[in-house]
Amino acid sequence: MAILDNLVLGFSVALSPENLLYCFLGVALGTLIGVLPGIGALITIAMLFPITYHMPAVPSIIMLAGVFYGAQYGGSTTSILVNLPGETASAVTCLDGYRMARQGRAGPALATAALASFFAGTVGTLLIAVLGPTLGQWALLFGAAEYTTLMLMALVAAAVMTQGDAVKGLAMVVVGLLMGIVGSDVSSGLARYTFGLPGLSDGIGFTVIAVGLFAVAEIVVNLESKAPREIYSGTVTGLMPTARDLRDAAWPAVRGTIVGACFGVLPGAGPATSSFATYMLEKKIAKDPSRFGNGAIEGVAAPEAANNAAAQTAFIPMLTLGLPATATMALMLAALTMQGIVPGPQVMLTTPDLFWGLIASMWIGNLMLVILNLPLIGVWVKLLTVPYRWLFPAIIVFCCIGNYSVNNNVLDVYLCAVIGVLGYVLVKLGCEPAPLLLGFVLGPLLEEYLRRALLLAHGDPSVFFTRPISLVFVIATGLIAIAMIWPAVRERGPA
Amino acid sequence: MNLDLHTNKDVLAGLLFMVLGALAVASAADYPMGATAQMGPGYFPMVLGGILLLFGLCVLRRGIRAGEPVQGQWGWRPLGWIAFSILLFGFLLERVGMVPTIVATVFVAAAAGREFRFREVLVLAVLITVFCVGVFSYGLRLPLRLFGGF
Repeated sequence: MAILDNLVLGFSVALSPENLLYCFLGVALGTLIGVLPGIGALITIAMLFPITYHMPAVPSIIMLAGVFYGAQYGGSTTSILVNLPGETASAVTCLDGYRMARQGRAGPALATAALASFFAGTVGTLLIAVLGPTLGQWALLFGAAEYTTLMLMALVAAAVMTQGDAVKGLAMVVVGLLMGIVGSDVSSGLARYTFGLPGLSDGIGFTVIAVGLFAVAEIVVNLESKAPREIYSGTVTGLMPTARDLRDAAWPAVRGTIVGACFGVLPGAGPATSSFATYMLEKKIAKDPSRFGNGAIEGVAAPEAANNAAAQTAFIPMLTLGLPATATMALMLAALTMQGIVPGPQVMLTTPDLFWGLIASMWIGNLMLVILNLPLIGVWVKLLTVPYRWLFPAIIVFCCIGNYSVNNNVLDVYLCAVIGVLGYVLVKLGCEPAPLLLGFVLGPLLEEYLRRALLLAHGDPSVFFTRPISLVFVIATGLIAIAMIWPAVRERGPA
Repeated sequence: MNLDLHTNKDVLAGLLFMVLGALAVASAADYPMGATAQMGPGYFPMVLGGILLLFGLCVLRRGIRAGEPVQGQWGWRPLGWIAFSILLFGFLLERVGMVPTIVATVFVAAAAGREFRFREVLVLAVLITVFCVGVFSYGLRLPLRLFGGF
């Protein structure tokens, strides 16, 4: 059993004291920021990113992963207790979870959320262990043409699937691709778009973009709105769900896991979309749909399972193909790259300790989260009272130091302010920043694969259609694009 | 079409994309294009710039036909303070060292908030400074001078 051997290797890596500590740090921090509204996993990873630069690869990736899935857990706590989703992925949980809390059933709601998440996390981890190597084997067959069309598909899908406008999403991808190629051209060494600044010859730093777009822009958005915060004053009693609750929640959790696992792999979908999709599914197949929105336990179990399963399976394309499905995965990808690890099918072969150690640590982390979340719920609720005006100056300072420390260059700090302003303007104009980040990460790779594919084919673009795997990607891209244009065409129809 | 164009989200976004696309194309024109089989450094950005111009035009056209206004107020005041605090950090760090830089950055950034209480910000500045010195200087051993220029 190769998988068993691999898992043993993984656990031996993940259970080392150092890695356990970083895993714990990651999930604790993830829960914390998941609970605090206004700070998401994305900002936190962007902030921690420069710090991990100074750490070894395995613990840093374990910690960042912990932040990511820990935030999904923490986000549900605030959804249930104060009707405020700490993360977009747990927005749906508000509908029934908060209702349950109002009915005095906050304890069972929280326990259901945690148990459903743990179940989904376990399944998700197993899926990575089983599917990862298979997909990796398959990916070894890919040539430059396949990678070009695969990236194209991922970018189009990401642009279309993120909330908001598809055309703007595509435009943001292109802006990202253009920002990605700033710096010296790989083949000719010519400096492109550097505006004569020598500091830009290595390209714009990933942290600069991530921090500027997500941390800076988001802080300003939070400061401009005047949303009052509701503080939960009640206490949580009676954590344990009844036998009936468990029975009612079991199948929805399983279905949520399946939906979430599928969505997690898709580019652009991720945890947020999957939790919405599974909630709609549960409502549709329920005997009495009117219970939804009035404290149905299925409405907590299913989306919580889905967002956690998706948070796990999102790692599959990132680790095996080097293809990030969401902005958060793009950050993880960049973190790996900065550590000198090229994500792709080779990761499993060249650094099995990283791949399997990460998988094992995810399961351990999920277990830690159940322990962290249930008995410590009171502590997390207290944290909700921390005012935002204490948080954001700290975030700004960490981001600045982080940005500076990567290259010890103040230009990166200045650039971050510029990107932040651009990011804020774009958000206000209804342009989601996530596709830009994906484009930015994939820009240099896409150019290189495109060049190589066409060089090998002597400039004949038919290479993308004659190779079967590549053709599949092209057709899929076409279908996604049609699905995007279709509603717009129908709207203009008879009406 | 009773919307003012200068508050129309799509019109503004379309224009922004077109400006960026035009810039990309204009710069790429200076780089060697090469051929499809042997792409020069100008090929890929030229194509991208063209596509961006096209997308920008689509968004603009839709905005003129029917578009939504920008939601909520523009937060120029917090944006200005936040951006200024980051620039200030970059300006001061290598001149006066980490500790004064952090204190100054916290004060300027805090001015972006809706409330500014001097004492509270002072306490916050001290806490953040202690934390950062602990984590970055002692924990990660980054080569940052605490006081004075580099």
